[in-house]
Amino acid sequence: MADAPLRVLVVDDEAPARRRLRELLDDCAGALPLVVVGEAAGGREALDLLHTVSADLLLTDIHMPEMSGLELARHVLKLPQPPVVIFTTAHDEYAVQAFEVNAVDYLMKPVRAQRLLAALEKVPRLKPIPAARLDQLPGATRRFLSVTERSRVVLVPVDEIVYLKAELKYITIRTAQREHLLEESLTRLEEEFAPRFVRVHRNCLVGRDFIRGFERRVGDGGDAHWEVLLRDVPETLPVSRRQQFIVREIGRESQ
Amino acid sequence: MLAVNALTAVAALVREPQFDLWAGQWLEMSALVEPYLIIEIAVLYVLAPWIARQAQPAGVLAVAAITLAIGLAVHALIGRLFPEPPLALLRHLLLALCVCVVLIGYFGLRARALSPAIAESRLQALQARIRPHFLFNSINAVLSLIRSDPKQAETALVDMADLFRVLMRDNRELVPLADEIELCRQYLALEKLRLTDRLNVEWHLNSMPADALVPPLVLQPLLENAVYHGIEPSAAPGVVSINIFYKGGEVHAILRNPYQAEGGRHHAGNKMALANIRERLQLHFDAEASLESRVRDAIYEVHIRMPYRPVKPAPAREAADDRAKPARDAGPALARGSTGAPHG
Repeated sequence: MADAPLRVLVVDDEAPARRRLRELLDDCAGALPLVVVGEAAGGREALDLLHTVSADLLLTDIHMPEMSGLELARHVLKLPQPPVVIFTTAHDEYAVQAFEVNAVDYLMKPVRAQRLLAALEKVPRLKPIPAARLDQLPGATRRFLSVTERSRVVLVPVDEIVYLKAELKYITIRTAQREHLLEESLTRLEEEFAPRFVRVHRNCLVGRDFIRGFERRVGDGGDAHWEVLLRDVPETLPVSRRQQFIVREIGRESQ
Repeated sequence: MLAVNALTAVAALVREPQFDLWAGQWLEMSALVEPYLIIEIAVLYVLAPWIARQAQPAGVLAVAAITLAIGLAVHALIGRLFPEPPLALLRHLLLALCVCVVLIGYFGLRARALSPAIAESRLQALQARIRPHFLFNSINAVLSLIRSDPKQAETALVDMADLFRVLMRDNRELVPLADEIELCRQYLALEKLRLTDRLNVEWHLNSMPADALVPPLVLQPLLENAVYHGIEPSAAPGVVSINIFYKGGEVHAILRNPYQAEGGRHHAGNKMALANIRERLQLHFDAEASLESRVRDAIYEVHIRMPYRPVKPAPAREAADDRAKPARDAGPALARGSTGAPHG
């Protein structure tokens, strides 16, 4: 098997940090064949790039606006061939401790050339970090949910989600514009984003900000129940008997 | 300490009417006490510089003597208007003396309780400043310049050296505002290096009294917060504005930055820095200074108010203060050449 050069994508919101990393990667290129396939100033840009070029390694900063490096690592897992992720961080003792506990690779900025080379040499033997392990890291709360559509990773901003509804294997994500299908656990999502979503039913979480009100409905069988009225979408959602208390709770808040 | 004593006597007398009000039946007496208080405040205010120069016991005695003398004078004056039994004079004077001594004692204790705090403030100031995050990111930014732009790397390192020199020195003494501004410029130049066009700085210093004495590092930590909480969490460019002006014997500093509600950053660090600066302002200026913060229209704003104390013309200052400019004869020295245009 011929040794193809290692394809590296550099992600950092600070231009000087990206330039520095590129310089160091150039230095390493003599010892280990590699090619920098691109650089991105943020998570979204990185994902867009990864739709056109493929990378074996993603070197990403942790603290970035809009999307943290940890979140980016979760979204790249949805790619058909996810790259290995190594984090770079200037100073974050809590994250670093958590990385060590979860055996996640990281480099401290300023990065030392030898340390970078050692990390690069390990890459072919590394596997992408599983989502379950990324979940354990602090500050991993996502701002986007990612779904795969026609082999592209589509990001859905969490604050645009009207409701999440579990149906058979999938969860339907409803935004004002459209629906997406997601393969995750509703309970985990509820925990991760608390208190953004309210559980109105065993299979349904509703965005607190999208609740317009409640309406009493009488079914065919003559038993009455509450329906949630939503902002931006026409449909309504039933509130289960068990979750009825939220009608009073939210009604009180909105007064 | 002596200055505190002089001030205490003044403050003490301001408190006295309340003392009388508590005592209910002496309500009428306050009508007699007020003119007495006003005269005493005026006399002590005039004599305060002289009293402050006296040794501790002499100062206390002087304040007590002034209190008694004014008491006597006021009593004589009032005695002319309303005939009063002579017993009241003795009671009157004793009461005044007691209150005077108790309050001087109280303020003496308070000053003693606070002076270790002044020594401590230097340490606190050190702890609350400069996030390691900033240090390492800046070093990284300088490293990135060494190959491509060695000149700029040099400037950045010199800025960093200046910044850390100030951070590590003894920061108990007040410094000229111009020095603090210079420090802020160096700090922001370093941040600009790594944040490039995301960070825009607007200076409004046209009516800044450059010679005002301020606690060291009164602004820089606030700018650090402004960058950390207001600029870094957003990918879009943002503006940090610094507006310093002189108004009615006071120096006002207003710092603004975009407010990022969901920055995901723990705001505890910001609160700590604010508390630390507020405490140091109080140690130096007592109730004459204040620090307030608020959010309005998605802009976070910190407003500092300090009394205007110009740099003394006497050159008997330490070598570290060689940049201190002598005060002009009248009014605050205004900074020249500063503009409101975004600073590159």
